[in-house]
Amino acid sequence: MKVSSKLAALGLVLAVAACTNTSPFAASGGDGGAGGANGSVEPGSPSDPRSPAYFQQAVGDRVLFTVNESTLTDTAKATLQGQADWLLQNTDYAARIEGHADEQGTREYNLALGARRANAAREYLISRGVAGNRITTVSYGKERPIEICSQEACYAKNRRAVTVLVANVTG
Amino acid sequence: MMKLLTSIFLGAALLAVPAVAQNKPLRIEITEGVIEPLPFAAPDFVPDTPAAAQYATQLSRVVAADLTGTGLFREIPANAYISQVSSFDAPIQYADWKAINAQALVTGGVSVSGNTLTVRFRVWDVFSDTELGNGLQFTGTVDGWRRMAHKVADQVYSRITGEGGYFDSRVVFVSESGPKNERRKRLAIMDYDGANVQYLTDSSSIVLAPRFSPAGDRVLYTSYESGVPRIYVLDVGAVQRNVLPTQEGTMSFAPRFSPDGRNVVYSLARGGNTDLYLMDINSGQSRQLTNAPSIETAPSFSPDGSQIVFESDRSGTPQLYLMPVTGGEPRKISSGKGRYGTPVWSPRGDLIAFTKQSQGRFHIGVMRTDGSEERLLTASFLDEGPTWAPNGRVIMFTRETQGAQGRATLYSVDISGRNLRPVRTPDGASDPAWSPLQK
Repeated sequence: MKVSSKLAALGLVLAVAACTNTSPFAASGGDGGAGGANGSVEPGSPSDPRSPAYFQQAVGDRVLFTVNESTLTDTAKATLQGQADWLLQNTDYAARIEGHADEQGTREYNLALGARRANAAREYLISRGVAGNRITTVSYGKERPIEICSQEACYAKNRRAVTVLVANVTG
Repeated sequence: MMKLLTSIFLGAALLAVPAVAQNKPLRIEITEGVIEPLPFAAPDFVPDTPAAAQYATQLSRVVAADLTGTGLFREIPANAYISQVSSFDAPIQYADWKAINAQALVTGGVSVSGNTLTVRFRVWDVFSDTELGNGLQFTGTVDGWRRMAHKVADQVYSRITGEGGYFDSRVVFVSESGPKNERRKRLAIMDYDGANVQYLTDSSSIVLAPRFSPAGDRVLYTSYESGVPRIYVLDVGAVQRNVLPTQEGTMSFAPRFSPDGRNVVYSLARGGNTDLYLMDINSGQSRQLTNAPSIETAPSFSPDGSQIVFESDRSGTPQLYLMPVTGGEPRKISSGKGRYGTPVWSPRGDLIAFTKQSQGRFHIGVMRTDGSEERLLTASFLDEGPTWAPNGRVIMFTRETQGAQGRATLYSVDISGRNLRPVRTPDGASDPAWSPLQK
């Protein structure tokens, strides 16, 4: 695939991300199968296993962390295993892992904590065979919460590392 | 008249005045205890020309607001006056001011000639029947009238408290708008009292934690402009900015200038680990200061440039540490229960302000530089990021309210813990950094 068509695919990723942003888990679970009710698969839809939408919803694009921690839970490791399998199958894509923290902490510490979390996810993907040069990391600290209440129910979803698919330009 | 101070925009000169012997000078001793604010009167300054009339009133109102804003002074309202001041050079009717218990009196005169504004003022120690210090005048452009008011207020504050002033200063901060999960942030600068807000960046990328250079002419800040956090240096006058060189694949943030303005201490995250580095800003060469698997961030220089205080979780939780800028083993100085962050050395060198998280609350506190005598000044759902007034007496910080509608606001508090008050800004505001006193 040429870079230009990869970028077109990336555009699709961003569009999907934008419309599911407010409810990231809304379509997870049920839609994960390899086809719709009548067996047809719409390319790029969550039922297309090669689509970023499938990665985001069926594989699961994020792992969660406990307070002030960056160690991976068993659930997180299972999700990352799925991500690694998908990335090994779909080499047109690279990954940018975004580390986040909840609002309980100073801005600077949370930036560093987000970096730890993103790196923990990256290291795990590498340990499962994904080439390191396909995975970059960035920390948003507490700047981009996905849930906005000031309770543990929201904090738990904000302490996350999200794997965002981008065009693989490493060849 | 003798020139004390000149610049392109502002000049100051002593007014000729006969020397008067003083006894028992008017003085507020700023102590840790609760004090009764000192009553003062600041009758509207007297305009020398019709064009000066509006400035004369506005100037005296800003002077009075600066003084009362400290919590150390209380203004006596004009409707209580017995005497009116109709001429700057008229003799003071001490008895009339004593009768309304005005312990200090500030009188002024204002003239405007073309684009030039001159303000003259005197401070009177009413109960000693004497002038406190000498009359002084400031000259500048008409547009700069607020700065001249702040300069007058700084003089009054200094003469009565014996402390340096802080009103003629600015604050750079992050202006915030939009919902919590989609916050738009841009850099802004304003006078210390919230007036004259100007925006320095647009809100197309996240910007964080601006910090002034020692001369106040440059600002370091962190921006996501390139996709990852990197440090930029912005020339405030020219609104020009440059990115500081850092290695590919790393994130850099939490910068602060050294007291000589030549170096920048900052955090660099590589492979998930965050350490402290020191960069020579001219050559762009960096030197690693810490090398540990823990998080090291939020560094701040001592005013003499010899030491750095920072935050590290090497003990398991974030605590405050000191280390010589030349390197060496960091020494832990925080000892209370809780999580400590964002230490900032006072410009006087005597105290370190910090953020503390304890039992679900956030505090701004101060401690001596050896970690002793910790005192918490505030408590709320989220207080963080202290910055010092140029005289080391007042701290400004970010307070964020909780919940989905949570909003960030700037507050200031005296280092005694008194006089907690919001700083008015047009939108939400966070990450304030106080400039040095302007020249």
